[in-house]
Amino acid sequence: MKKTYKIEVDCANCANNMEEAAKKVPGVKDCAVSFMTLKMKVEFEEGAEINAVMKDVCAACKKVEDDCEIFI
Amino acid sequence: MNKKQKNLLIRIIIAAVFFVPLYLISEGIVRVSLPEPAILVLFLIPYLIISHDILRKAFNGMKNRQMFDENFLMTIATIGAIVLGEYGEGVAVMLLYQVGELFQSIAVGKSRKSITELMDIRPDYANIEVDGEIEQVDPDEVEVGSIIIVNPGEKIPLDGVIEEGDSSLNTGALTGESRPRDVTPGDEVLSGSINMSGVLKIRTTTQFDESTASKILDLVENAASRKSRSESFISKFARVYTPIVCFAALALAVLPPLFIMMTKIGMDDYSGIGAIWGDWVLRACTFLVISCPCAVVISVPLSFFAALGGASREGILIKGSNYLETLSKVRTIAFDKTGTITKGNFAATAVHHSPIKDDKLFEFAALAECHSSHPIARSLQAAYGKYIDASRVTDVREISGCGVIAVIDRLEVAVGNEKLMEKIGAEYHQCHSVGTIIHIALGGAYCGHIVITDELKENSKEAMDALKKAGVTKTVMLTGDAKSVAAKVAAEVGLTDYRAELLPADKVACVEELLAGCSGNGKLAFVGDGINDAPVLSRADIGIAMGALGSDAAIEAADVVLMDDDPLKIAKAIKISRKCIGIVRQNIIIALGVKLVCLLLAAIGVANMWVAIIADVGVMILAVLNAIRCMYVKKL
Repeated sequence: MKKTYKIEVDCANCANNMEEAAKKVPGVKDCAVSFMTLKMKVEFEEGAEINAVMKDVCAACKKVEDDCEIFI
Repeated sequence: MNKKQKNLLIRIIIAAVFFVPLYLISEGIVRVSLPEPAILVLFLIPYLIISHDILRKAFNGMKNRQMFDENFLMTIATIGAIVLGEYGEGVAVMLLYQVGELFQSIAVGKSRKSITELMDIRPDYANIEVDGEIEQVDPDEVEVGSIIIVNPGEKIPLDGVIEEGDSSLNTGALTGESRPRDVTPGDEVLSGSINMSGVLKIRTTTQFDESTASKILDLVENAASRKSRSESFISKFARVYTPIVCFAALALAVLPPLFIMMTKIGMDDYSGIGAIWGDWVLRACTFLVISCPCAVVISVPLSFFAALGGASREGILIKGSNYLETLSKVRTIAFDKTGTITKGNFAATAVHHSPIKDDKLFEFAALAECHSSHPIARSLQAAYGKYIDASRVTDVREISGCGVIAVIDRLEVAVGNEKLMEKIGAEYHQCHSVGTIIHIALGGAYCGHIVITDELKENSKEAMDALKKAGVTKTVMLTGDAKSVAAKVAAEVGLTDYRAELLPADKVACVEELLAGCSGNGKLAFVGDGINDAPVLSRADIGIAMGALGSDAAIEAADVVLMDDDPLKIAKAIKISRKCIGIVRQNIIIALGVKLVCLLLAAIGVANMWVAIIADVGVMILAVLNAIRCMYVKKL
């Protein structure tokens, strides 16, 4: 299951940090953040509760870059 | 400007309004007597207004053990300056740093916007007819083979074939070509094109995920995630650089004063021990401000980002910044022939030994072949170029492997190869031209022949010249065609070399051989039309697929996709990459050069905080402006 989210972030490096952080969240199989398009592509593990996982992803991203925003 | 940027701008203005009179007072330019603590408190107002978010980020960074970033540098430097009584400088550094941030954010936003204009091909809905009523649905939900309706002004949401309606399409977002394309029933249309004039009914041939628009979007969106060597160098560099600079600053603040105090050398220059510490700590703070790596860290990805965007606006999709880097080093290019250098459509180029007028000969040939859809027949029909009245043609006999004999206006016309002429006993002339020869006999009497060749693309020759100018030293054509044809094409276009009569597998071997011959840093590119050459595309250092609109295999196998089939775009892509890499180099050299000089000046106490600010923000603005230049590629 793949989903794309719109994000807001200020710098390319912050986007990379978000990607790294989101990849470590349980339930996320893979994640790619594009600073260019301001989009976050998340691939979820089989059977993952998407809303709950995305909440964790948000929290993880806020921790590394508190200025970021993920529009769920 | 978005909300965040407006917010920042307002903060900058308010802080500046507070700051300027205060600075004038503290420097004694405007005489108002205020006690020292009052001045400090007053300065803290603009300081907090302008820097609260940076202070918070620096604090959070420390909390999360990711402390060495530019927020941290700025916080330490400005707090240091304020503690040492340099209130004005402390606030000014933050103020100008934020001006730089705002500027950079606007610049990135602008380039993002112009790049997302290309993204505009994403269709939002599809119209389908349900029980006689038109309904808007998500393009995701439309099944293959459904009929969708596209009104004028709407984007075509899914690839398909026109069932009903005529219109012209704007394919600019896909190809960079601004001329509209006329379409009629039976024509294939691609998602992402804009329907300009008439209502179209289209039978879809793909799922949304597999449609051209989705594929292109996917490609562009993922381009930014393939990092070039310079980009990864910069991010690694920043990771090591910031801590090193912090420790260097710490050393600068602590070691010299200790040295002076222990050895008493130069002690006379200072009024006391406090002054020694104050001087060196301030130097360390200046050092920190200068060292901020933002100029490089921001401008390098921005350059690539802008170049990818500029290129895609020209119909050149580059799958990642790493390919941009490779492309700039291309010295050898191998070409496929058909569809790349030549049009891949066959056209009549000459008429020989004809006793009747050329037009008349074409008329007979076209009429005789009027029922055939073979490429040769079609090229004859195209050469005639007028309406073909099939009712004049009777008794068409197709003679397999030879040609056609038909009766036109009660005259027996034979159109075909040498074998056909032998068969009907007509005395034909051999032809020494290169290409497919079509002999014609009227009423059994030989009437000359038409030479059909694959036409060169209009721009092929120009493209080779442009490539030579761009520094490509070796251009080789790989083709399965006969040697004589290959030699002729190579000479006409100005290729340096050619290999003929190759089987598809031989092409890979040829590319391997060329790769081995590439000396040093020169890279090899292969240009093909994506049909049958996926293995070669992936074997070359960089695979360029042209005219790839709608060809899935090519889009997948190639690293660079030219949306239309103009060979001039190859040189353009190389020029874009050269420009981009050039700008990246300029930025790295200028930014690091200026910083290094200023760091030295700060360490020996020549550069004060103001020089530091200019070195930091000034260089960043210059670098960002320079990076934005990558986007302007139209005139390359």
